Amino acid sequence: MSVLPVLLRKEFLQIFRNKAILMISVAMPVLQFIVLPMAVNYEFKNINLAVVDHDRSDLSRRLIDRITGSGYFRLVDHAASYAQAYALIESDEADIILQVPSGFEQRLVREGMEEVFVAVNAINGMKAGVGSAYLTSIIAGYNRSVVEDLMPGAAPAGIAVTSSGLFNPERNYKISLLPSILAIMITIVGGMLSALNIVKEKETGTIEQINVTPIRKRDFILAKSIPFWILANVVFTIGLLVIYLFYGVVPQGSLLLLYGFVGVYLLAVMGFGLLVSTYCTSQQQAMFVNFFFIMIFIFMGGLFTSLNSMPVWAQYVARFNPLTHVNEVMQLVTLKESTLRDILPNLLAVAAMAVVLNVWAVLNYRKTS
Amino acid sequence: MATQGKKKRSAHLSHLLSFVRKEFRHMLRDRKTLLILFGMPVVQVLLFGFVLSNEVKETRIIVVDQAKDAVSQALIEKIEASSYFTVLTDSLPPTGITDAFRSGRIKAALVLPVDLQRDLLHDGRNTVQILTDATDINLAQTIEGYLTAIITDFSLADGMAAPYVIAPETRMLYNPELRGAPNFVPGVMAMVLLLVCVMMTAVAIVREKETGTMEVLLVSPMRPVMVILAKAIPYLILSFINLLAILLLSTTALDLPIKGCLPLLLAESTLFITTCLTLGILISIVTASQQTAMFIALIGLLLPTMMLSGFMFPIENMPMALQALAYATPSRWYYVIVKDIMIKGAGISALWQETAVLAGMTLLLFALCLKMFNIRLDER
Amino acid sequence: MSTTATPHSIVAEGLTKRFGDFVAVDAVSFHVNKGEIFGFLGANGAGKTTAIRMLCGLSIPTSGKGTVAGFDVYTQTERIKRNIGYMSQKFSLYEDLSVTENIEFFAGIYGLSRDRIRTKREELIAKLGLVQEADKLVGALPLGWKQKLAFSVAVFHQPQIVFLDEPTGGVDPVTRRQFWDLIYEAADVGITVFVTTHYLDEAEYCDRVSIMVDGRIAALDTPTELKKQFGTGTMDSVFYELARGAKRGGA
Repeated sequence: MSVLPVLLRKEFLQIFRNKAILMISVAMPVLQFIVLPMAVNYEFKNINLAVVDHDRSDLSRRLIDRITGSGYFRLVDHAASYAQAYALIESDEADIILQVPSGFEQRLVREGMEEVFVAVNAINGMKAGVGSAYLTSIIAGYNRSVVEDLMPGAAPAGIAVTSSGLFNPERNYKISLLPSILAIMITIVGGMLSALNIVKEKETGTIEQINVTPIRKRDFILAKSIPFWILANVVFTIGLLVIYLFYGVVPQGSLLLLYGFVGVYLLAVMGFGLLVSTYCTSQQQAMFVNFFFIMIFIFMGGLFTSLNSMPVWAQYVARFNPLTHVNEVMQLVTLKESTLRDILPNLLAVAAMAVVLNVWAVLNYRKTS
Repeated sequence: MATQGKKKRSAHLSHLLSFVRKEFRHMLRDRKTLLILFGMPVVQVLLFGFVLSNEVKETRIIVVDQAKDAVSQALIEKIEASSYFTVLTDSLPPTGITDAFRSGRIKAALVLPVDLQRDLLHDGRNTVQILTDATDINLAQTIEGYLTAIITDFSLADGMAAPYVIAPETRMLYNPELRGAPNFVPGVMAMVLLLVCVMMTAVAIVREKETGTMEVLLVSPMRPVMVILAKAIPYLILSFINLLAILLLSTTALDLPIKGCLPLLLAESTLFITTCLTLGILISIVTASQQTAMFIALIGLLLPTMMLSGFMFPIENMPMALQALAYATPSRWYYVIVKDIMIKGAGISALWQETAVLAGMTLLLFALCLKMFNIRLDER
Repeated sequence: MSTTATPHSIVAEGLTKRFGDFVAVDAVSFHVNKGEIFGFLGANGAGKTTAIRMLCGLSIPTSGKGTVAGFDVYTQTERIKRNIGYMSQKFSLYEDLSVTENIEFFAGIYGLSRDRIRTKREELIAKLGLVQEADKLVGALPLGWKQKLAFSVAVFHQPQIVFLDEPTGGVDPVTRRQFWDLIYEAADVGITVFVTTHYLDEAEYCDRVSIMVDGRIAALDTPTELKKQFGTGTMDSVFYELARGAKRGGA
């Protein structure tokens, strides 16, 4: 007769008895999930612009009007010199300087070519890149209208480029990051709960009592995992509901596929938690070790910075990071309507991790010293 | 009288010292935790220095070459020659581009029209289309920027340029290569220090409550404020060593010199560490079990500090309520301080506001600690 | 179920456990008869707990031979576990589960049927006088009650042998007396009791007593014989005589 139901009953009783933990592990992530995505916005609406206009011509004024009229930039100052504008950058009052040289209009009309100078505070590389890209495209747009004015009827020559973003045409940052944040949530909840659980029995000494019983290691570990697996799935479900209710995002692909993948993924994450648990002797230790790896998983998972931008070796390493896979799959299935065939490599990778980690954990959990 | 006062004070001091020594022993005994505490900041800094960046390189794109003429060939070669892209021309699946995006195999596609060369010769112009995967918006935008630049360059070189060109010449200040490090190192410093300090101290008092040793401390002649201080001091020292390790790494391995005044940076860091330790102790005082304390510290603080410190997402774009929350996050202030001292070389005159806020937070938290601690004592 | 090959419940021959240079248990040999109450005495650090852990299958011996309930302590630890009960020094029930839930859990993991658990559970709760407390969390019970409950849970599945590692530490004399009544009751139904204790008056309650000093067994006999041997009237002085020469631990 299997003792698994007996073990499971005990775990559930203990989980539901500790209301504080239950609240923290379910309510807190959900609350954060409702609030935090509002913070997610790279769309820099009010980039502070300092202008140094040495030309003060009709064309230069029109250029500046066009930039400030775009809605992306806020003119903080008409500086008299570059040095003055630079001081504004130093004091964080300005993010970008646009300097128009004197003789701008003349040279543009006569020589057909003129440069303007743009200086960007690039400490935050992302912000700098996006800001300068906005500015460049506004200048290019202005350029076209100037050509139109100067040579009415003449079509612009060369290769023009149109671009469109697929899957998220409005380029809404929330939509693109929501699945990733949800992935982090379930990773923390699943990983932490399972990591702390066995260690807690070690600390209170009850594990001794378990070890002298004929309970099989496999059953014990399973009983430790299943309740948290269910709990993490509950958090995941609430997360999906929040995405839908608060942000109007409905997963494009199959929900079944999503749940199937997350189910396997959670096994991997919890296997990792259990493994940590078997190596640690105190809850504090388990928490720190687990926290350490979760941080690395998050940062190397391509959630906040693209995997593409990593060195090649790191991209290979990232393949061994379960969060990389769940992040990709969440994006693929919720936003791109990908099918099982598309995510099969991810699924296999995560399944392999789940098997390895759990087997390792079971082997490493010794009833006997 | 005076000597008696002195004696009393030195007795207090020796109590405190023996307590601090005990806390140190606890800390040093747990090698695994210690390893993690030191390993974490080091790994994070290296990760951000060498692995994570916003650069685009070797991004896989598909060129759908419907023209297959000399111009399209030349353009593809030009794109391939750049280090930014790896072009997959041969492997377009019959089901279309969308499937390639769905499988996550490509991040962008460039569609060249059938009559590229002919139209260019006849009308002097033509239009190509870039498709990007906008689920990763930043990457999409950067790819578009790079591709557009390459194509524009290509058509200029071909002598097909329009007249009256306004060419922006852009200079990136402080961080010309747009490396992640100058922004991330201060951000990660703020985040990791906060989390480590809070998590360490969050369990400190509650553990003694759980094991029952708290009773022993309470019947000793230590005053509550001393108990709290003694809990904080070892972690303060540990965190300070941690901080030195991060700074050493970022100056040597990441080539990120400290432009401003080092003593100022250290002083500000000590202030910030104190803030965080006090927060941790507060959590420890109000919770009943280690597990609860840890969960509050970790689940409650990880994502908010990561997202609200300002190093990942600009605070000025957040809704008002969230901005307020961000301003209540100590790491937000410390992040600004570190960034300004390390990268811009700012002095105290530029940072007194941030410093005052952190100091105020610390005092408030400390007062709360004392108050809650006394309340807890009365409950017994 | 198993059939034992020897008439002894526990057999140890030259059982040894080393931790690096330190020999915690140094070639101890003894046997425990069926249904016997066997006292396992020794000063702190004498090696009692290590010895018990080896016999319970929690720790693999470095050398020597041993069988418990007829099963080998090296290769058949899981079968040993099926036939023993164990109650450790540390209180080892789940404090966040109620009295009933603890009984059901531990009975359940030994595979007792649900009906059997239910009837036996009621009996036990009534016997221990815990009817009012049946649904209270164990953490809220006084220590003495917890210990009695822990013992009852350890023998609930009627094991052949029950190991008790300092079961009465910190318990008042009246409760200790009641606790020993429970032990006798278990021995009466044929359960072998292997008990360590620091209370030397308790040693008098045992059928036979062994005294460990520095990882070895220094004496082993009935309390009466031991007292005669050492020419004293109490187990206290017997123990003191032996433990005085100990090199490690404090008596």
